[in-house]
Amino acid sequence: MEQLEHKSFIYEWLEHTYHHEVLPDHVIMAFLIAILLSGFAIWFRSRISVDNPGKLQLFLEVVVGALKDMLLDNVGTRGRPFLGLIGTLGIFILACNWIGLFPYFASPTVNLNFTVGCAVVAFLYYNYQGIRAQGAANYFKHFLGPLPALAPLMLPIEIISHFSRIVSLSLRLFGNIFGEELVIAALAFMVAYLVPVPMMLFGVFGGMLQAFVFIMLTMVYLGGAVASEEH
Amino acid sequence: MTRKIVLAALVSLAFVVLAAPAFAQDGGSTWTPEVYKWALISGAFALGLAASFGAYSQSRAITAACDGISRNPGAAGQIRFALILGLALIESLVIYVLLIAFIIFLVLWGG
Repeated sequence: MEQLEHKSFIYEWLEHTYHHEVLPDHVIMAFLIAILLSGFAIWFRSRISVDNPGKLQLFLEVVVGALKDMLLDNVGTRGRPFLGLIGTLGIFILACNWIGLFPYFASPTVNLNFTVGCAVVAFLYYNYQGIRAQGAANYFKHFLGPLPALAPLMLPIEIISHFSRIVSLSLRLFGNIFGEELVIAALAFMVAYLVPVPMMLFGVFGGMLQAFVFIMLTMVYLGGAVASEEH
Repeated sequence: MTRKIVLAALVSLAFVVLAAPAFAQDGGSTWTPEVYKWALISGAFALGLAASFGAYSQSRAITAACDGISRNPGAAGQIRFALILGLALIESLVIYVLLIAFIIFLVLWGG
Protein backbone atom coordinates (compact mmCIF):
# COMPACT_ATOMS: atom_id res chain seq x y z
CA MET A 1 0.00 0.00 0.00
CA GLU A 2 2.93 2.31 0.57
CA GLN A 3 3.84 2.53 -3.08
CA LEU A 4 0.49 4.15 -3.84
CA GLU A 5 1.28 7.40 -2.10
CA HIS A 6 4.11 9.80 -1.69
CA LYS A 7 4.06 12.80 0.57
CA SER A 8 3.64 16.37 -0.56
CA PHE A 9 6.63 18.41 -1.66
CA ILE A 10 6.78 20.61 1.46
CA TYR A 11 6.85 17.53 3.71
CA GLU A 12 9.65 16.00 1.70
CA TRP A 13 11.61 19.27 1.68
CA LEU A 14 11.28 19.61 5.44
CA GLU A 15 12.24 16.00 5.99
CA HIS A 16 15.24 16.36 3.68
CA THR A 17 16.43 19.52 5.41
CA TYR A 18 15.96 18.41 9.01
CA HIS A 19 16.37 14.67 8.49
CA HIS A 20 13.40 13.62 10.56
CA GLU A 21 9.67 14.12 10.39
CA VAL A 22 8.96 17.68 11.44
CA LEU A 23 5.22 17.93 10.95
CA PRO A 24 2.68 15.50 9.57
CA ASP A 25 1.49 15.99 6.06
CA HIS A 26 -2.01 17.14 6.88
CA VAL A 27 -0.84 19.84 9.31
CA ILE A 28 1.41 21.38 6.65
CA MET A 29 -1.38 21.32 4.09
CA ALA A 30 -3.92 22.77 6.51
CA PHE A 31 -1.60 25.65 7.38
CA LEU A 32 -0.93 26.23 3.70
CA ILE A 33 -4.64 26.39 2.90
CA ALA A 34 -5.31 28.68 5.86
CA ILE A 35 -2.52 31.05 4.77
CA LEU A 36 -3.73 31.01 1.16
CA LEU A 37 -7.36 31.70 2.08
CA SER A 38 -6.43 34.45 4.54
CA GLY A 39 -4.12 36.04 2.00
CA PHE A 40 -6.84 35.96 -0.63
CA ALA A 41 -9.36 37.50 1.77
CA ILE A 42 -6.98 40.29 2.80
CA TRP A 43 -6.10 41.01 -0.83
CA PHE A 44 -9.75 40.97 -1.83
CA ARG A 45 -10.79 43.39 0.89
CA SER A 46 -8.90 46.18 -0.82
CA ARG A 47 -10.75 45.58 -4.07
CA ILE A 48 -14.33 45.63 -2.81
CA SER A 49 -16.40 48.50 -4.18
CA VAL A 50 -20.09 49.23 -3.84
CA ASP A 51 -20.52 51.16 -7.08
CA ASN A 52 -18.47 49.10 -9.47
CA PRO A 53 -18.34 45.44 -8.44
CA GLY A 54 -16.26 43.10 -10.52
CA LYS A 55 -17.22 39.56 -11.46
CA LEU A 56 -15.39 37.95 -8.56
CA GLN A 57 -17.15 40.24 -6.10
CA LEU A 58 -20.55 39.39 -7.55
CA PHE A 59 -19.81 35.68 -7.37
CA LEU A 60 -18.65 35.88 -3.77
CA GLU A 61 -21.70 37.97 -2.88
CA VAL A 62 -23.91 35.20 -4.23
CA VAL A 63 -22.06 32.62 -2.13
CA VAL A 64 -22.21 34.66 1.07
CA GLY A 65 -25.84 35.54 0.44
CA ALA A 66 -26.79 31.90 -0.03
CA LEU A 67 -25.01 30.92 3.18
CA LYS A 68 -26.67 33.73 5.08
CA ASP A 69 -30.14 32.79 3.80
CA MET A 70 -29.64 29.16 4.72
CA LEU A 71 -28.38 30.17 8.17
CA LEU A 72 -31.33 32.47 8.84
CA ASP A 73 -33.76 29.80 7.64
CA ASN A 74 -32.37 27.22 10.02
CA VAL A 75 -31.46 29.18 13.11
CA GLY A 76 -33.84 32.13 12.94
CA THR A 77 -33.04 35.80 13.16
CA ARG A 78 -30.62 35.39 16.03
CA GLY A 79 -28.36 33.35 13.78
CA ARG A 80 -26.71 36.26 12.00
CA PRO A 81 -23.56 36.33 14.19
CA PHE A 82 -22.84 32.71 13.37
CA LEU A 83 -22.13 33.43 9.71
CA GLY A 84 -18.44 34.02 10.43
CA LEU A 85 -17.69 30.55 11.72
CA ILE A 86 -20.10 28.76 9.38
CA GLY A 87 -18.71 30.44 6.28
CA THR A 88 -15.09 29.99 7.33
CA LEU A 89 -15.57 26.35 8.23
CA GLY A 90 -17.40 25.67 4.99
CA ILE A 91 -14.90 27.34 2.68
CA PHE A 92 -11.95 25.91 4.61
CA ILE A 93 -13.26 22.35 4.42
CA LEU A 94 -14.14 22.84 0.75
CA ALA A 95 -10.61 24.01 -0.05
CA CYS A 96 -9.16 21.13 1.97
CA ASN A 97 -11.28 18.62 0.07
CA TRP A 98 -10.41 20.03 -3.34
CA ILE A 99 -6.70 20.52 -2.90
CA GLY A 100 -6.09 16.78 -2.89
CA LEU A 101 -7.07 16.61 -6.53
CA PHE A 102 -4.15 18.76 -7.60
CA PRO A 103 -0.78 17.12 -8.26
CA TYR A 104 1.83 17.47 -5.54
CA PHE A 105 -0.78 18.44 -2.92
CA ALA A 106 -2.53 16.29 -0.33
CA SER A 107 -5.91 16.72 1.32
CA PRO A 108 -5.83 17.32 5.06
CA THR A 109 -9.30 15.82 5.32
CA VAL A 110 -7.94 12.42 4.33
CA ASN A 111 -6.57 12.21 7.87
CA LEU A 112 -9.02 11.37 10.65
CA ASN A 113 -7.25 13.70 13.09
CA PHE A 114 -8.11 16.71 10.97
CA THR A 115 -11.81 15.88 10.56
CA VAL A 116 -12.20 15.15 14.27
CA GLY A 117 -10.69 18.58 14.89
CA CYS A 118 -13.29 20.22 12.64
CA ALA A 119 -16.10 18.26 14.29
CA VAL A 120 -14.90 19.18 17.80
CA VAL A 121 -14.79 22.86 16.77
CA ALA A 122 -18.39 22.65 15.54
CA PHE A 123 -19.47 20.79 18.70
CA LEU A 124 -17.84 23.26 21.09
CA TYR A 125 -19.20 26.19 19.10
CA TYR A 126 -22.82 25.10 19.13
CA ASN A 127 -22.71 24.20 22.81
CA TYR A 128 -21.09 27.52 23.64
CA GLN A 129 -23.71 29.45 21.66
CA GLY A 130 -26.47 27.43 23.31
CA ILE A 131 -25.16 28.21 26.78
CA ARG A 132 -24.69 31.84 25.86
CA ALA A 133 -28.21 32.16 24.47
CA GLN A 134 -30.11 30.41 27.22
CA GLY A 135 -27.90 30.30 30.28
CA ALA A 136 -26.09 27.18 31.46
CA ALA A 137 -28.81 25.81 33.77
CA ASN A 138 -31.58 26.26 31.24
CA TYR A 139 -29.50 24.72 28.45
CA PHE A 140 -28.65 21.61 30.44
CA LYS A 141 -32.22 21.28 31.63
CA HIS A 142 -33.15 20.46 28.03
CA PHE A 143 -31.04 17.32 28.29
CA LEU A 144 -33.53 15.93 30.78
CA GLY A 145 -36.35 15.65 28.31
CA PRO A 146 -39.97 16.80 28.31
CA LEU A 147 -41.12 15.17 31.57
CA PRO A 148 -39.19 15.09 34.87
CA ALA A 149 -40.16 11.44 35.33
CA LEU A 150 -38.31 10.49 32.15
CA ALA A 151 -35.08 12.22 33.17
CA PRO A 152 -33.05 9.11 34.13
CA LEU A 153 -33.87 7.63 30.74
CA MET A 154 -33.45 10.75 28.65
CA LEU A 155 -30.19 12.00 30.13
CA PRO A 156 -27.87 9.17 28.94
CA ILE A 157 -29.63 9.07 25.57
CA GLU A 158 -29.22 12.81 25.07
CA ILE A 159 -25.56 12.81 26.16
CA ILE A 160 -24.72 9.89 23.89
CA SER A 161 -26.54 11.45 20.96
CA HIS A 162 -24.70 14.74 21.43
CA PHE A 163 -21.32 13.06 21.53
CA SER A 164 -22.22 10.87 18.60
CA ARG A 165 -22.59 14.07 16.57
CA ILE A 166 -18.82 14.52 16.75
CA VAL A 167 -18.32 10.94 15.62
CA SER A 168 -20.78 11.17 12.76
CA LEU A 169 -19.55 14.55 11.48
CA SER A 170 -15.92 13.51 11.48
CA LEU A 171 -16.41 9.99 10.13
CA ARG A 172 -18.71 11.14 7.35
CA LEU A 173 -16.23 13.71 6.06
CA PHE A 174 -13.24 11.41 6.52
CA GLY A 175 -14.91 8.36 4.99
CA ASN A 176 -16.13 10.17 1.89
CA ILE A 177 -12.90 11.96 1.05
CA PHE A 178 -10.66 9.04 1.97
CA GLY A 179 -12.79 6.67 -0.10
CA GLU A 180 -12.62 8.94 -3.13
CA GLU A 181 -8.86 9.32 -2.82
CA LEU A 182 -8.44 5.58 -2.39
CA VAL A 183 -10.41 4.86 -5.55
CA ILE A 184 -8.45 7.49 -7.50
CA ALA A 185 -5.17 6.05 -6.22
CA ALA A 186 -6.21 2.50 -7.06
CA LEU A 187 -7.32 3.53 -10.56
CA ALA A 188 -4.13 5.48 -11.12
CA PHE A 189 -2.11 2.51 -9.94
CA MET A 190 -3.73 0.30 -12.54
CA VAL A 191 -4.03 2.66 -15.52
CA ALA A 192 -2.21 5.93 -15.01
CA TYR A 193 -3.64 7.90 -17.96
CA LEU A 194 -7.17 9.33 -18.32
CA VAL A 195 -8.97 6.59 -16.36
CA PRO A 196 -8.94 8.37 -12.94
CA VAL A 197 -10.39 11.54 -14.49
CA PRO A 198 -14.13 10.63 -14.12
CA MET A 199 -13.47 9.70 -10.51
CA MET A 200 -11.68 13.03 -9.98
CA LEU A 201 -14.67 14.87 -11.44
CA PHE A 202 -16.84 13.00 -8.98
CA GLY A 203 -14.32 14.01 -6.31
CA VAL A 204 -14.92 17.68 -7.16
CA PHE A 205 -18.66 17.23 -6.73
CA GLY A 206 -18.31 15.02 -3.67
CA GLY A 207 -15.92 17.42 -1.94
CA MET A 208 -18.34 20.28 -2.39
CA LEU A 209 -21.24 18.14 -1.21
CA GLN A 210 -19.42 16.96 1.92
CA ALA A 211 -18.40 20.48 2.92
CA PHE A 212 -21.98 21.62 2.37
CA VAL A 213 -23.38 18.76 4.43
CA PHE A 214 -20.91 19.52 7.24
CA ILE A 215 -21.96 23.14 7.58
CA MET A 216 -25.62 22.28 7.04
CA LEU A 217 -25.55 19.88 9.98
CA THR A 218 -23.69 22.47 12.08
CA MET A 219 -26.45 24.96 11.29
CA VAL A 220 -29.13 22.44 12.29
CA TYR A 221 -27.31 21.76 15.58
CA LEU A 222 -26.94 25.49 16.20
CA GLY A 223 -30.64 25.96 15.58
CA GLY A 224 -31.45 23.18 18.01
CA ALA A 225 -29.15 24.59 20.68
CA VAL A 226 -30.06 28.24 20.44
CA ALA A 227 -33.77 28.23 19.71
CA SER A 228 -35.01 25.33 21.79
CA GLU A 229 -36.81 27.43 24.38
CA GLU A 230 -39.69 27.85 21.95
CA HIS A 231 -41.09 24.34 22.47
CA MET B 1 -41.61 -8.19 -0.64
CA THR B 2 -39.75 -6.73 2.34
CA ARG B 3 -40.47 -9.88 4.28
CA LYS B 4 -38.71 -11.95 1.61
CA ILE B 5 -35.70 -9.63 1.67
CA VAL B 6 -35.48 -9.82 5.48
CA LEU B 7 -35.80 -13.61 5.33
CA ALA B 8 -33.02 -13.86 2.76
CA ALA B 9 -30.77 -11.64 4.85
CA LEU B 10 -31.40 -13.68 8.00
CA VAL B 11 -30.68 -16.95 6.23
CA SER B 12 -27.39 -15.66 4.85
CA LEU B 13 -26.49 -14.34 8.30
CA ALA B 14 -27.23 -17.77 9.74
CA PHE B 15 -24.85 -19.34 7.23
CA VAL B 16 -22.09 -16.96 8.28
CA VAL B 17 -22.71 -17.54 11.98
CA LEU B 18 -22.71 -21.31 11.53
CA ALA B 19 -19.16 -21.07 10.23
CA ALA B 20 -17.95 -19.68 13.56
CA PRO B 21 -16.07 -22.87 14.61
CA ALA B 22 -13.54 -21.95 11.94
CA PHE B 23 -12.27 -19.28 14.32
CA ALA B 24 -10.87 -21.87 16.73
CA GLN B 25 -7.26 -21.01 17.44
CA ASP B 26 -4.54 -23.53 16.76
CA GLY B 27 -1.91 -22.21 19.14
CA GLY B 28 -0.28 -19.72 16.76
CA SER B 29 -0.86 -15.97 16.45
CA THR B 30 -4.36 -14.56 16.10
CA TRP B 31 -4.11 -13.92 12.36
CA THR B 32 -3.87 -17.33 10.80
CA PRO B 33 -4.72 -17.65 7.10
CA GLU B 34 -8.08 -19.14 8.07
CA VAL B 35 -9.00 -15.97 9.97
CA TYR B 36 -7.80 -13.85 7.05
CA LYS B 37 -10.16 -15.69 4.71
CA TRP B 38 -13.15 -15.20 6.95
CA ALA B 39 -12.23 -11.58 7.62
CA LEU B 40 -12.12 -10.81 3.92
CA ILE B 41 -15.37 -12.61 3.20
CA SER B 42 -17.20 -10.98 6.10
CA GLY B 43 -15.89 -7.54 5.20
CA ALA B 44 -17.01 -7.76 1.60
CA PHE B 45 -20.37 -9.26 2.56
CA ALA B 46 -21.05 -6.54 5.15
CA LEU B 47 -20.21 -3.89 2.58
CA GLY B 48 -22.57 -5.42 0.02
CA LEU B 49 -25.40 -5.54 2.55
CA ALA B 50 -24.79 -1.98 3.70
CA ALA B 51 -24.60 -0.60 0.17
CA SER B 52 -27.78 -2.33 -0.97
CA PHE B 53 -29.90 -1.33 2.03
CA GLY B 54 -28.47 2.16 1.95
CA ALA B 55 -29.31 2.53 -1.72
CA TYR B 56 -32.86 1.32 -1.10
CA SER B 57 -33.39 3.82 1.73
CA GLN B 58 -31.95 6.65 -0.31
CA SER B 59 -34.18 5.79 -3.24
CA ARG B 60 -37.21 6.02 -0.93
CA ALA B 61 -36.05 9.44 0.25
CA ILE B 62 -35.47 10.74 -3.29
CA THR B 63 -38.88 9.44 -4.40
CA ALA B 64 -40.62 11.25 -1.56
CA ALA B 65 -38.68 14.45 -2.30
CA CYS B 66 -39.56 14.35 -6.00
CA ASP B 67 -43.24 13.82 -5.16
CA GLY B 68 -43.12 16.74 -2.76
CA ILE B 69 -41.47 19.07 -5.27
CA SER B 70 -43.93 18.09 -8.00
CA ARG B 71 -46.89 18.81 -5.76
CA ASN B 72 -45.55 22.07 -4.37
CA PRO B 73 -42.89 23.66 -6.58
CA GLY B 74 -42.75 26.73 -4.34
CA ALA B 75 -41.29 24.72 -1.48
CA ALA B 76 -38.57 23.23 -3.67
CA GLY B 77 -35.77 24.92 -1.73
CA GLN B 78 -36.81 23.57 1.63
CA ILE B 79 -37.54 20.12 0.24
CA ARG B 80 -34.13 20.03 -1.43
CA PHE B 81 -32.51 21.02 1.87
CA ALA B 82 -34.29 18.24 3.75
CA LEU B 83 -33.44 15.79 0.99
CA ILE B 84 -29.71 16.52 1.07
CA LEU B 85 -29.71 16.35 4.86
CA GLY B 86 -31.49 12.99 4.88
CA LEU B 87 -29.30 11.53 2.14
CA ALA B 88 -26.15 12.54 4.01
CA LEU B 89 -27.36 10.96 7.24
CA ILE B 90 -28.27 7.68 5.52
CA GLU B 91 -25.00 7.67 3.62
CA SER B 92 -22.99 8.17 6.79
CA LEU B 93 -24.23 4.80 8.05
CA VAL B 94 -22.92 3.16 4.88
CA ILE B 95 -19.64 5.04 5.35
CA TYR B 96 -19.29 3.53 8.84
CA VAL B 97 -19.45 0.03 7.33
CA LEU B 98 -16.99 1.09 4.63
CA LEU B 99 -14.51 2.22 7.28
CA ILE B 100 -14.77 -1.10 9.09
CA ALA B 101 -14.12 -2.81 5.76
CA PHE B 102 -11.09 -0.55 5.24
CA ILE B 103 -9.77 -1.57 8.64
CA ILE B 104 -10.25 -5.23 7.84
CA PHE B 105 -8.71 -5.07 4.37
CA LEU B 106 -5.95 -2.53 4.65
CA VAL B 107 -4.79 -2.13 8.22
CA LEU B 108 -4.92 -5.72 9.44
CA TRP B 109 -3.74 -7.03 6.10
CA GLY B 110 -0.37 -5.43 6.58
CA GLY B 111 0.03 -6.88 10.07
